Amino acid sequence: MAFKGTIVIDTEKCKGCGVCVTGCPQKCIALGKKANKKGYNHLEIIADTCIGCANCAILCPDGVIEVYKVKV
Amino acid sequence: MAKEIKLMKGNEAIAEGAIRCGCDGYFGYPITPQSEILEHLTLENPYPKTGMVVLQAESETASINMVYGGAACGKRVMTTSSSPGISLMQEGLSYIAGAELPALVVNVVRGGPGLGTIQPSQADYFQTVKGGGHGDYKLITLAPASVQEMYDFVELGFDLAFKYRNPVMLLSDGVIGQVMEKVEVGDYKPRWTNEYIAKNHPWALVGKPESRGHNIITSLQLDPVVQEKVNHKLQAKYKVCEENEVRYETFQTEDAEILLVAYGSSARICQKVVQLGREAGIKVGLLRPITLWPFPKKPLLELSKQVKSILTVEMSAGQMIEDVKLAVECRVPVQHYGRYGGMIPTPTEIFEVLKTL
Amino acid sequence: MTREEIIKPENLVYKKTKVLTDTVMHFCPGCGHGTTHKLVAEVIEEMGIQSETLGVAPVGCAVLAYNYFDVDIVEAAHGRAPALATAMKRLRPEKFVFTYQGDGDLAAIGTGETIHACNRGENITIIFVNNGIYGMTGGQMAPTTLEGMVTSTSPYGREQQFNGHPLKITELVAQLPGTYYVTRQAVYTPALVRKAKRAIRQAFEYQKLNKGVSFVEIVSNCNSGWKMSPVKANEWLEENMLPFYPLGDLKVPEKE
Repeated sequence: MAFKGTIVIDTEKCKGCGVCVTGCPQKCIALGKKANKKGYNHLEIIADTCIGCANCAILCPDGVIEVYKVKV
Repeated sequence: MAKEIKLMKGNEAIAEGAIRCGCDGYFGYPITPQSEILEHLTLENPYPKTGMVVLQAESETASINMVYGGAACGKRVMTTSSSPGISLMQEGLSYIAGAELPALVVNVVRGGPGLGTIQPSQADYFQTVKGGGHGDYKLITLAPASVQEMYDFVELGFDLAFKYRNPVMLLSDGVIGQVMEKVEVGDYKPRWTNEYIAKNHPWALVGKPESRGHNIITSLQLDPVVQEKVNHKLQAKYKVCEENEVRYETFQTEDAEILLVAYGSSARICQKVVQLGREAGIKVGLLRPITLWPFPKKPLLELSKQVKSILTVEMSAGQMIEDVKLAVECRVPVQHYGRYGGMIPTPTEIFEVLKTL
Repeated sequence: MTREEIIKPENLVYKKTKVLTDTVMHFCPGCGHGTTHKLVAEVIEEMGIQSETLGVAPVGCAVLAYNYFDVDIVEAAHGRAPALATAMKRLRPEKFVFTYQGDGDLAAIGTGETIHACNRGENITIIFVNNGIYGMTGGQMAPTTLEGMVTSTSPYGREQQFNGHPLKITELVAQLPGTYYVTRQAVYTPALVRKAKRAIRQAFEYQKLNKGVSFVEIVSNCNSGWKMSPVKANEWLEENMLPFYPLGDLKVPEKE
């Protein structure tokens, strides 16, 4: 069974720590070049390979990631 | 029903008063001269009867912080100690005052400074009414002068603490703590139910229901603008308290030309001095502050228009005298007579001073 | 399948728990406090005990925990949280009572309260976040600071002869008969987060048994105090903190 997923990032609350990136098995997220209002380079989706494992969201200290997942 | 009279020590009266008035929890640490309070409580073992929790803590610091936790839950909780232990509690008292929680603390004062002596003293007046801990806060302070008042002031203390959401200090001393007198005790009053607390003290931590936001008990406001507002609110509360809660009693002041001012056991001694003075033809009277904060400023100011001089008698080097001087606004000379370091003045030695005024 | 097709309520598998308020936490980027807050709140939500939980916040980096946990909560004096919790649980034994404390709070100024609450066997849960430093005040040496570790008050590294040994308070409380469950966890990988959450869940569940303190240490990072990037700090944690503070259960209840 395969899964397809995606995440919704609250970019204004993201502090750009990058801890979530270390947990992503699909390498589909990264800190971007754009800064939010607080000046943090927030998280961005960089590839369409998310499997909805929620590792990033689980690691996020600030709870800024929502995860959606479907069976495909 | 016939009145129930018991012969008991002042310290035991504190314990008995707590059990009977519906106190929820006592947290304390042994120290002379007030250890009978914890001993009496553990001997009486009120938990099966009233549900009152009694716990011997590991320190006075822990005791006052247990009181902080219990008070945060809207419970009627208390601790007792004597001077060195009360010093350890100052941080907690400041937090409780800052967080606006009701609590009762009893200080059976002994001589200091430092480890001092286990004998009676009144040298913790400044610590009690001028702050003690950090920040602009006040403790409502009751000074019992009899074993009956030790008993009665426990319930009164809780009532005032909850009325103003402020810690109340019962400032006693080793004489009142150790002396045995007759006490008229009341019936056992039930403790408040958790439902009663939730309804009547909406600030209390009872578990957040869906219907409201979470209750936070804190003394921290990082924003100085907000912290100043918190202080304004405290000061406004203290003002109301000053207007409504002054308690004192007078003894033969109607025609007095000399006024003695004394509280607690010193006031008991001064009653005898008044008697000696009157027998010698000296028109002397006594004002006994019952609340040390708020202090009976107005009655003192009124009496200062009538008397020629004032003598304060304290078991200290002269602490309350400062408040008396402030109250009478330099209208009459105010002098101090004190014994300290655990010494108790006799009526005769005070009478000798009186004759020189 | 497009992103829009996936983002539907029925496909939601993870979102911030409602037992944390929407207030943005003040913690530095990547701080393990945030993750630990989240786990405690998730456990409270999953157990359905939000209205039955009373919290005690510490002094230290987590001093504002009361703004984040959406439960009735009190902010204690520095180190005194176990004393407050003692009274709260004894006066409301039907409630779940937890303290949330850092290493300075729990293992330095509050050592007495910690040891005695644990020794009395208070039926409370203690969440202890150990990052080996005083973060809030600017990175000073803590009781748990490792030997040789540079802090603002051990600028040449902690010296055992001068500053004493790092305190393994969790090992210490595990020796006390009043503790029922003592465990050490971390939250810097997804697997560890999941494991730490199970431990916190267990710690809260044990309160129902009335058998003593359940104590969960979270070995955490302090990237600001350690002066590293958040990711680097987690690597440093693994390489340096964990050999001295090894993860795992220190005390588990015997099977009955």
